[in-house]
Amino acid sequence: MIYTAKLMRDKKGYKFLEHMADAYVAAYGKNLAEAFENAALAMFDVMTEVEKVSPKIRDEVEVEAKDEHALLYNWLEALLVKFEIEEMLYSKFKVSILNRTSDGFRLNAEIWGEKFNSKRHTQKVGVKAVTYHLMEIIKKPEKVTLKFILDI
Amino acid sequence: MGEEESRPPPEKIPLEKIDNYTWRIPKYKPGMRVPGIIFANADLLEKMQTDRTLWQCANVAHLPGIYKYSITLPDGHEGYGFPIGGVAATDYEESVISPGGVGYDINCGVRLLITNLSEQDIRPKLAQLTNTIFENVPCGLGSRRKDFKATAHDLERLVIEGVQWVIDQGLGWSEDAERCEERGCMKNANPDKVSTTAKNRGVTQIGTLGSGNHFLEIQKVDKIYDAKTAKAFGIEHEGQVTVMIHCGSRGFGHQICSDYLRVMERAVHKYNIVLPDRELACAPGNSNEAEDYYQAMACAVNYAFANRQAIMHWVRQSFQQVFKEDPERFGLKLVYDVAHNIAKIEEHRINGERKKVWVHRKGATRAFPQGHPEIPADYASVGQPVLIPGSMGTSSWLLVGTEKAMQISFGSTAHGAGRMLSRNAAKRRFWGGDVKKALEQRGIFVRSESSVVLAEEADPAYKNVDIVVDVSDRVGIATKVARFVPIAVVKG
Repeated sequence: MIYTAKLMRDKKGYKFLEHMADAYVAAYGKNLAEAFENAALAMFDVMTEVEKVSPKIRDEVEVEAKDEHALLYNWLEALLVKFEIEEMLYSKFKVSILNRTSDGFRLNAEIWGEKFNSKRHTQKVGVKAVTYHLMEIIKKPEKVTLKFILDI
Repeated sequence: MGEEESRPPPEKIPLEKIDNYTWRIPKYKPGMRVPGIIFANADLLEKMQTDRTLWQCANVAHLPGIYKYSITLPDGHEGYGFPIGGVAATDYEESVISPGGVGYDINCGVRLLITNLSEQDIRPKLAQLTNTIFENVPCGLGSRRKDFKATAHDLERLVIEGVQWVIDQGLGWSEDAERCEERGCMKNANPDKVSTTAKNRGVTQIGTLGSGNHFLEIQKVDKIYDAKTAKAFGIEHEGQVTVMIHCGSRGFGHQICSDYLRVMERAVHKYNIVLPDRELACAPGNSNEAEDYYQAMACAVNYAFANRQAIMHWVRQSFQQVFKEDPERFGLKLVYDVAHNIAKIEEHRINGERKKVWVHRKGATRAFPQGHPEIPADYASVGQPVLIPGSMGTSSWLLVGTEKAMQISFGSTAHGAGRMLSRNAAKRRFWGGDVKKALEQRGIFVRSESSVVLAEEADPAYKNVDIVVDVSDRVGIATKVARFVPIAVVKG
């Protein structure tokens, strides 16, 4: 399934929980891949109004990690790095492969977005870093919940 | 805080009162190598008990080789691994260094400039001046300055040479470097220990203020508490205009922290270190991992010094553009630049012996006393300037370091206000436009790229910095010199 930003919001793909200093996100999906897609959208929602980010440029991301927590961390960090280095904002994500490998996990994703334009894109708050603080991956039948904190 | 907050600690943290401003967490569980010490009044302490601040203070006391006690300062609040507002000193050879004790924003810090102008001199042109600074200093999401681009080679020089490299590019005066902690350059910086990703993030963001709680303010001296010391720092009278710059090492430092947390996680397994929290990941002080981190961290420290130097230059340039005179005519001298997130090798007297230690300051300000060799010669007779910014629209402080700080807090004190309301709660209560209007009614001109930031950073969302400073002053780990209030604010 590929959701656009609007659709995912309506389906409550993520929400912001209470945290004193930073952004505390809960992202949902019927499986891990979908929850990862929503987690990425939530991160960009911290930075900008994602509805205004047109998914017109396609790119690919591949990340690997020893465990699923680290995979989530590396996935979000890879996107944050793309924003900072290439000035790209993304609003559509498709995690195409999420596999266990011989020594951990691998994720391949297609991502869509456009170059940040301060005239068109609303500025919210910059994300400094992804953290492991209070990170949780809760798996239930038909529902995966991810919780994590973005350092603001 | 009801619905707002509150992730209570997983266990009850025992506390012993030593005096009205000092509390101790005894070694209540077997892993704690030393007690915890909290400097706070009853109100600040009560607030700390609503989240995991004290639990994290006790966790830090587990670090191998930690000396005396794990310290939480009056602005302490829950962080990642370490509480923010935390200090820990560990043995140089037989202990550990932990990136979590520095944080993601390595050398997030503050610099203060003084002018010889009074408020009434700049009031008529305040809006124009603020707008000019807002144009000249890139701030907010994805901000860049098009004419100040560093190449990969420049970045290597910049992180090795720090502030001096920026001055050599024509952005600053020769005396600026002397007025920074470490003279604006940690000597052990080695860019070979920094990842390509960090370097790529660094190249695009040099000379930018960033977002969140970072700010640039035009302030005025509101009250002088210690006239002799104030004078040594160039503060002559109430109403005198000053400028404060608060920012850090941007994506460059964040990435270095992130990269080395991964390295340290492996090190924890390799060296069999037992820790109560994954985010305290560390490596033995004499290991390659520790040495590599320290060399990479120093690059980020120098990057942040350089970043604030470039921004300060554009502030001076903005005064020149608006008032059409040489900025030196207005003073615009750097008083000091100090780090709030850093780890340093220092010597401290512990149980009567001089020891070489790693001092971790996570949301803490160095506060060295008069005569200390590490402070600028001009300030040798008074002590090191300590800069404690408030939240947007509230006061900020200049204090001075003390001998008492050397004795009880490894030469450290608080660094800021600390939040009172979560970002969500602040957004529910305030709207950016109203926050701006309220500030403007108080004569504070505001420019920001983000209405969301204005709401999240509204001043009722923070604790009162005056109380934090008061505790520092009463405990004696840095004493009051002068208080500033803003007249214009530039936010990311």
